[in-house]
Amino acid sequence: MIDRIPVLRIEDILLVSIQVDLQDHIAIQLQDDLSNKIVETGAKGVLIDISGLSVVDSFIGRMISTTASVSRVLDAETVLVGMQPAVAITLVELGLTLDGVRTALNVDRGLRLLRADIATRNLMSGAGDDRSFG
Amino acid sequence: MTAASDSPVEVTLTSDSDVVRVRQVVRDAATAAALTLVDQTKVITAASEIARNTLTYGGGGTSTVEVVCRNGTQGVAVEFVDAGPGIHDVDLALTDGWTSGTGLGLGLSGAKRLVDEFALDTTPGVGTTVRITKWRR
Repeated sequence: MIDRIPVLRIEDILLVSIQVDLQDHIAIQLQDDLSNKIVETGAKGVLIDISGLSVVDSFIGRMISTTASVSRVLDAETVLVGMQPAVAITLVELGLTLDGVRTALNVDRGLRLLRADIATRNLMSGAGDDRSFG
Repeated sequence: MTAASDSPVEVTLTSDSDVVRVRQVVRDAATAAALTLVDQTKVITAASEIARNTLTYGGGGTSTVEVVCRNGTQGVAVEFVDAGPGIHDVDLALTDGWTSGTGLGLGLSGAKRLVDEFALDTTPGVGTTVRITKWRR
């Protein structure tokens, strides 16, 4: 039985792939690990792949929402990818809206979304610096 | 662990790893009852919500998972029994977004939407029984 989901770092993006049915305490551990790792690495993006999850209930959904909110406060954007169609249908019917969580179809698109987002944010902070000279 | 139509599987609910076990047992039963993938996911998710309620609010209990048959149609039924404080206002507990704890308040109301039959029997101070059924389409 695993007790931790590994968090991988690819440049300024953290990648998490959940491939096992999540026990509640592992979900909470993951939330802690991710926020610590964002601070530790200064990551600008978090990619959570749930293609291996065949069930997302309100507890796991809330964990994902909270993780996205915490990440945003720590200046990192979260993108959730790989949701199975049956999971999406069930989540909507359950009434879970995953507020504030951006989604993409797969890891590839999620990465592109995050890269574009990070580039824009870097540009904006750059533009802000320019203005301060004027 | 497969739930055959004549042998209900009982899962004791005392920790969060039991919620995972309930999901696995319900999945086996839903597969045995030949539910579609979406319906399997719905009934597993509903069971997961109620199992967590039993654990969090009922102080633990038991769940019984079985493949059932009515008029030639197969389905999955899951019953959750706890000897907790019971639910004082059932209508309120079934309202979206209402929670007596720290959850999202989607557990009971959301679970009810995901299944075909939902029966809740509760007595304050005695306990709560919830039975859900999902039928094959």
